[in-house]
Amino acid sequence: MSRIARRFASLRQHGRGALIPYVEACDPDYDTSLAILRGMPGAGADLIEVGVPFSDPSADGPTIQKAALRGLKGGSSMKRVLEMVRAFREGDDETPIILMGYTNPIEAYGPERFCVDARKAGVDGLIVVDLPPEESDLLAGPAAAAGLDIIRLVAPTTPDERLPVVFSGASGFVYYVSITGVTGTRTASTDELAQALPRLRKATDLPIAIGFGIRTPELAANAVRVADAAVVASALLNTLETTLDEEGKATSRTVPAVLEQLRGLADAVHAVKK
Amino acid sequence: MSATQTPAGTNSLRSGPDNRGRFGIFGGRFVAETLMPLLAELETAYRATQADPAFRRELDYYLKDYVGRPSPLWFARRMTEELGGARIYMKREELNHTGSHKLNNVMGQILLARRMGRTRIVAETGAGQHGVATATVCALFGMKCAIYMGATDVERQKPNVFRMKLLGAEVVPVTAGAGTLKDAMNEAMRDWVTNVHDTYFLVGTVAGPHPYPEMVRDFQSVIGEETKQQIMEAEGRLPDAIVAAIGGGSNAMGIFHPFLDDPEVKLIGVEAAGCGLDSGLTAASIERGRPGVLHGNRTYLMQDEDGQITEAHSISAGLDYPGVGPEHSWLNDIGRAEYVGATDQDALDAFQLCTRTEGIIPALESAHAIAYAAKIAPDMAKDKILVVNISGRGDKDIFTVAERLGVKL
Repeated sequence: MSRIARRFASLRQHGRGALIPYVEACDPDYDTSLAILRGMPGAGADLIEVGVPFSDPSADGPTIQKAALRGLKGGSSMKRVLEMVRAFREGDDETPIILMGYTNPIEAYGPERFCVDARKAGVDGLIVVDLPPEESDLLAGPAAAAGLDIIRLVAPTTPDERLPVVFSGASGFVYYVSITGVTGTRTASTDELAQALPRLRKATDLPIAIGFGIRTPELAANAVRVADAAVVASALLNTLETTLDEEGKATSRTVPAVLEQLRGLADAVHAVKK
Repeated sequence: MSATQTPAGTNSLRSGPDNRGRFGIFGGRFVAETLMPLLAELETAYRATQADPAFRRELDYYLKDYVGRPSPLWFARRMTEELGGARIYMKREELNHTGSHKLNNVMGQILLARRMGRTRIVAETGAGQHGVATATVCALFGMKCAIYMGATDVERQKPNVFRMKLLGAEVVPVTAGAGTLKDAMNEAMRDWVTNVHDTYFLVGTVAGPHPYPEMVRDFQSVIGEETKQQIMEAEGRLPDAIVAAIGGGSNAMGIFHPFLDDPEVKLIGVEAAGCGLDSGLTAASIERGRPGVLHGNRTYLMQDEDGQITEAHSISAGLDYPGVGPEHSWLNDIGRAEYVGATDQDALDAFQLCTRTEGIIPALESAHAIAYAAKIAPDMAKDKILVVNISGRGDKDIFTVAERLGVKL
């Protein structure tokens, strides 16, 4: 059983939903992002998404765009991202790590070598934003061979008849993009979520995470009432941004501020009895 | 032989893309899941128009009476004499309404968008030619229009920005990245994914996710179809070579495509070499890039070792793009078309040569094609025929050119 499957099984056993925070690699520098990553499980993260900075994040809103640029400026590369995961794994063998990013840096690294190296570093799953099922043969073989879960995105625009296509070859969990839009902008209403989830449950047995627009403990709690997990990214990155100095460098407040916000989100999520 | 469109057989180079939207390894549909159902809907709607003679009639009507087609094929006598080699013909796309080839595609897509019931149009633009063309048809049909344009380009293409605003479009400057075409494309995609319910994304070049490369090519192929007929009338045979400038590659694809199955016609795409192919300041994606995935398709891209997209450079805003249409990437790899570079300086020289000898002020984009034609024409025999695509007129560029020539306007 993969780390992701194990973690969701254990959460289910305890009647709890999951909080999945996001950290952008090398934002604003390697050490700070690694410190945030290392602090996340202690602050209540159940699984963690590590963002792989890309120069052209066309599905992301302004917050993640800026984080990606800071990450690139902070010396990120695929090699560096994997190093960071390896460093995290030295102290944590339980918390699943999911890399989230775009196709081109993976293609540039070489899909097969990437999957092997990512697995070795301790990565558990991949979310590739611009790699829909129709193009997934690029990664499907190498990821399966390496034992990496491919987490599929599903959107409000995905029609019922397309759900089997999206979920074929999916593993780990399913990521529901709860709005039509980019990250960190609009928030789906409770009604919209309540309508969407049964439709997805009918088509998959995998755990479902909700992302896009979840910025407060209340919204995160709402999400896990209907789904299995809530993903929070832009809200944490906004907090990080406010702690940077005038030159965009991390300050002594950066790591604690992000982790403190995470704790508030996690407490709200874990207070929901499922 | 027939001078108009011939159906492409299975052995034809004109039958692409395949059902996955691929030209060889290039093309495809690399977009977020939110957009996948929309691309499927777009493809279905496009296939329906292809099978509908009424759509063709409607498009032909607008192409003739609004765009002003057919555009002439002009024998450039003085330039031919000055260069002393091949007979040079110019396909006069700069005479289209709005001053470039862009309207051919925009007219086709706006009719499609109307059929799909969309009420709002978003588009990206570099030099502003596609933005102006899009704003124009939105004015014509009374549709809402948002044009995303890199902040750098907004600055260097002021006349076109003003035109778009006059036409009723909202021009949104994009400050992300270097503020050029690639960043405008990202932002237009973000708008589309946010407003999928009423918005049509009107892509301006033969790039993006399937079916855009195919669709834009089909709408631009009118250039090559007319050229074929016109050169047969003028010379009784096909040309020896066709030269066209390449940014995303829509004017080149439009003039190349009807000739793909005529191996005697050499097809030459001229990329913007910027300050030189090896200067590090270039937009020559095919010559200096390598295959990768950006903006929905796999194609040749300017990128670093880590797969981060690098900024392109060209004096011409319309060529300042780190990618190229996937069909060009494929034509390069199979050797059917040849891709070369012309520098900023080459383009400036050709801009002046064309203006001085033919009384035609070409767009700086088109000047790249003229530059390469002027380079090879002298070494070709006098009975050889060279066709250059004059994709746009240069009024928009006079400020840039004046500055480079040290003239204060």
